[in-house]
Amino acid sequence: MVTTFHYLLLGAALFTIGVIGVLTRRNIMIILMSIELMMNAVNINLIAFSNRLQQVTGQVFAIFVITVAAAEAAVGLGIVIAMFKNKETMNINEIDLMKW
Amino acid sequence: MLELILFYTFGAIAVISGILVITRHNVVHSAAFLGATLFAVAGIFLTLHAEFVAGVQVIVYVGGILVLFVFVIMLIAVERSVHERQYNKQWTIALITSAILIVEIAYGLYRGRDSLVLPAVVPPAAAAAGGNSEQVGTALYTSYLLPFEIASILLLVAIVGAVVLSKKRTPAEE
Repeated sequence: MVTTFHYLLLGAALFTIGVIGVLTRRNIMIILMSIELMMNAVNINLIAFSNRLQQVTGQVFAIFVITVAAAEAAVGLGIVIAMFKNKETMNINEIDLMKW
Repeated sequence: MLELILFYTFGAIAVISGILVITRHNVVHSAAFLGATLFAVAGIFLTLHAEFVAGVQVIVYVGGILVLFVFVIMLIAVERSVHERQYNKQWTIALITSAILIVEIAYGLYRGRDSLVLPAVVPPAAAAAGGNSEQVGTALYTSYLLPFEIASILLLVAIVGAVVLSKKRTPAEE
């Protein structure tokens, strides 16, 4: 019997993987991919509760999260391209113009 | 039983590919494993009877966002970044922070496990409620009409922003 708890654990695992990816990698593309992983984890939780409560609200919000993820990917990749034009690097440690 | 097998199969694919996404040196491999994760998550949605969101997941995530990622990876140099150092100097601190996060989530789940025992919900009769897509569509266009419109504005802003960010500057602007 698969319970809501199983899905919450899966979501927590994926979210933690995403956090580790964002904090440890230096390649901006992989950081953006890790953010997508975290959004997927959130979606799993939303839909698990939508199924548990037999309400579609969770699914509607999952669709909004996917919309935000699409917008974020478009703008984020636009920033990556603009950045690559200026600095020729994907390494976030070299992008320190605003670092104090 | 089938439910359990499907959950563990899709869950294992999602978690293992997720780990591979953040550990591969080559960005293209990471993108491929991200695709595997996204497909597995779509399978998880199917086991939760959210067929519409599973379809949206495959079409928007795999067909849209992932292709966009691969497109950008192909536009910018991949070869050089493979040979660069892949991990931050701060990775020890990052792992400690992540360990704290894991403990925090585990504690939250442990303390909240009683509230997961919700009263049994009688599923509405399938014939009266309509299919999954119909239910989601009805909710989107009635209760959540305003958020839906705001989401469309957000997408418009994102399109304009992406074009402005990545277009060539004319000499007049510089």
